[in-house]
Amino acid sequence: MSFLILDRLTKSFGALKIFDGLSLSVNRGETVAICSPSGSGKTLLLRLIAGIYEPDAGEIVIDGRPVTGLAPDARGIGMAFQNFALYPHLSAFENIASPLRARSVAAPEIERRVRRVAEILKIGHVLQHLPRELSNGQKQRTALARAIVADARLLLLDDPLRNVDAKLRYEMRQELPRVLREFEATVLYVTQDFREAMALGQRIGVLCDGGFVQVDRPQRIYSDPSTIEVARLFGDPTINLYDSQLADGVVSLLGLGLALPGCAGAARRPCRVAVRPEHVQIAVNGEAGERAGLPVTIEAVTPLNQNAVLLLHTAAGDELLATTTLQRAEALACGPREAVALVRPEHLLLFDRATGARIRTD
Amino acid sequence: MQHTSWHWRLFKGICLALISLFFLFPILWVLLMSFQTNEDILRVPPSPFFTPTLDNYRALIAGELTGAGSTLKIAYMKNIWNSFVLSACSVLLSLLLGVPAAYAFARYRFRLGENIAFTLLSFRFAPPLLVLLPLLLYFQDLGLYDTYFGLIWVYQLITLPLILWIVRGYFEDVSPDIEHAYRIDGHSWLRSFLKIAVPLARPGIAAAALLAFIFAWNNFVFALILGSSDVQPVTVGALAFITASGIQYGQIAAGLVLSVIPTFVLALVMQRYLVEGLSLGAVKG
Repeated sequence: MSFLILDRLTKSFGALKIFDGLSLSVNRGETVAICSPSGSGKTLLLRLIAGIYEPDAGEIVIDGRPVTGLAPDARGIGMAFQNFALYPHLSAFENIASPLRARSVAAPEIERRVRRVAEILKIGHVLQHLPRELSNGQKQRTALARAIVADARLLLLDDPLRNVDAKLRYEMRQELPRVLREFEATVLYVTQDFREAMALGQRIGVLCDGGFVQVDRPQRIYSDPSTIEVARLFGDPTINLYDSQLADGVVSLLGLGLALPGCAGAARRPCRVAVRPEHVQIAVNGEAGERAGLPVTIEAVTPLNQNAVLLLHTAAGDELLATTTLQRAEALACGPREAVALVRPEHLLLFDRATGARIRTD
Repeated sequence: MQHTSWHWRLFKGICLALISLFFLFPILWVLLMSFQTNEDILRVPPSPFFTPTLDNYRALIAGELTGAGSTLKIAYMKNIWNSFVLSACSVLLSLLLGVPAAYAFARYRFRLGENIAFTLLSFRFAPPLLVLLPLLLYFQDLGLYDTYFGLIWVYQLITLPLILWIVRGYFEDVSPDIEHAYRIDGHSWLRSFLKIAVPLARPGIAAAALLAFIFAWNNFVFALILGSSDVQPVTVGALAFITASGIQYGQIAAGLVLSVIPTFVLALVMQRYLVEGLSLGAVKG
């Protein structure tokens, strides 16, 4: 049975409708990453669950108990805020101990549990410091420690890595899953960084236009997005996206006709066609052979980790991004600028032009 | 940019000394007067050289004013005590009422909220004389005339708006998320108010309380009309030095010095909290 159920939540501020029938269910012990563009209400969603705001309609159920209308202190959850929200006049120790004090835990037990969680998060040496004496990374760990110390069964983490530097963010991204597993918590993790969502979430929920447009395993979100928004949000460099026509089982990608057997016989309709940069192959000096490709010029080569991003221009001036290995990129950079871009039909993603919804082609 | 050459420092020192002298001179002169006899004070031209005497203070503490052969009973020490009781109780009552009210105005939007807050502030606009006569009549009917309770009540007009508006600003500076976090930890509303909001606004509360205390201490006209000598503070009590046989400048000066001491000491004690407020800076956590 689901541990957390959000059932058709609706929330508006004045005339501004933020959530409209939002639903989600999370299993016990599962980590669900909520990822979406900024301004889509991720933080508000956590605040509704925490009880800081109340939904206008709908029900929130935690562990079989409806909590809508209950005060925050009666919901038994842990939350880490994006801006840390540490108590500035209390030491790191007292900050972390706060949920235990609220539960009237005995002093030696508080000491033991705060030490333990501080050891796990590597802040044992700064427990006597005030928040303003801590670095951003230590503040973030203190906030996290406070959220998990009381074994809250539901953890709400509001973009906790947003305000820390890149190196620490990378470290924490590796470390967090282990910490969360250790505390056997059910976690909602909010972020606007798709990599973070993919690294941390067992499932990812994409929040858009007042509700979840897709909730799925990270790999499925990436390879099988249900809307244009999802496709654009996940992936770096971003997905190539063009207006097109689907007619008689053939879709045109910048003038290159590609046959989609699954769509044969369908009525002619406007659509948008998308292809991931890693699915765009570059052929030079006749490597393409018999295969039909798109003539392009290589405008720029930008290294990105193990790969390189190629910026390609078609004769009509449209831009196309492709990724390739570093060695291949170096070879291409030295060679002629004229090349052919090859795309396999099964790698195309088609979306309805009006609604942005996916058009299934198989 | 550093000007550490000796003549720049000397120039700065002289300027500071001149400014300090300008502002502190009246106080210094009063202090000197309090150690002089009336004859010394009234001598023309005035001279800073005299034989210091403690007679003025002795007369005040004994409560007997001697001048031109007659002896007059005064209750100046009682006046100081009255001042202290009135100011301290007024500020305490205002804190008790004003701090929760300030929190409500800072955190919650409610119907007519801004209007109520403004109305409270507007008590400070009206000249006290406007309300004194009706107040006097009411007080005599209600039996509040010449009581501590009645004066403390009226003093709320002075202290409550001050505390409310200053402390409200400090509460608004505290991030609501800090309180939300505390609630989520499992603490009740009251605990989050007492353990988070109030301590974080403490520098503001201290500043407001100090200011309100000084305003209450310096009040003259309410106590003059609404109380007799039993409850009157030093500001009114000092009138007793204007006697039929002349104005007792020496005793007035000594009385002034004595009446300044409590607020002076309070300001020194509170300074710690005021500075703490500055060093705490923005409470962003």
